[in-house]
Amino acid sequence: MTTTTHDEPNYMGVFWWLLALTLLELGVIYMPIHRMGILVLLVVLAISKAVLVALYFMHLKFERVTLGLIALSPFVLCVFLILMLLPDIFPR
Amino acid sequence: MSEATATHAGVEPQETPLTPESWGKLGMWLFLAGDAMSFGCLIVGYGILRHASTNWPVPSAILGINLTAFMTFLLIVSSVWMVLSLSAIQKGDKARFKKFLGLVILGGLIFLGCQAYEWTHLITEVLPHHNLAFGKDLFATTFFVLTGFHGLHVTGGVIYNTCVLVAVSRGRYQAKHVEIAGLYWHFVDLVWILIFTFVYLV
Repeated sequence: MTTTTHDEPNYMGVFWWLLALTLLELGVIYMPIHRMGILVLLVVLAISKAVLVALYFMHLKFERVTLGLIALSPFVLCVFLILMLLPDIFPR
Repeated sequence: MSEATATHAGVEPQETPLTPESWGKLGMWLFLAGDAMSFGCLIVGYGILRHASTNWPVPSAILGINLTAFMTFLLIVSSVWMVLSLSAIQKGDKARFKKFLGLVILGGLIFLGCQAYEWTHLITEVLPHHNLAFGKDLFATTFFVLTGFHGLHVTGGVIYNTCVLVAVSRGRYQAKHVEIAGLYWHFVDLVWILIFTFVYLV
């Protein structure tokens, strides 16, 4: 048996992207914009970094779609939790 | 030998439906999905509690972000070292593999050292100054629960990677085992990326 056979991703390219996004995150918190804008930017940047790690370092980009669905399954739980707790977050 | 016979004889069937390389890889993915649910619940819970709180401090003002930014950088670099070690073992270059996996382990140990320093500094100096403490208010409690749970994973990763390094050196493990250990380590990195954002920056 062998490990997954696919072209090796450009790992150093991914690293530079991760580094750039991290520096961008550190810059965003000092931006003179509305707090909600900062929150949205930070979440987008964090998710972008997480996706890069999952796709290229964990090789999810080269795996079967079903395995990707397994990897995504925890987000269903998170969304469910958030939706179920919405009444507590925004009480009438 | 048919697949059914192989299964009954205790022999690993040659292919799994999702990960033809090994059953262990599928097992690790399933474990990580479960583990991600644990972290997901903790992070969502943290968000809910924080939103509901009326006097939540500004995290960056209390926790500081210079050290944790370095810790984030360290984990990202260690992830690169992990993929380079996998690439080396896949090419049969054991010396290069040992060098990079050794660096991954060292990176993990430095991360844990930084976390120990951060916790000590917070517990003895910063938190008492702001009248905060573990078990006394949600800010400190959620911080220690989240970062502590992640720190346990880093500790597990350091031990796991050390075992893999020894096993490969003795010729008992091959590239597929390194790939599985890599999945775990990258997951630890991925979770820290989220914790760094939600706990320290937001």
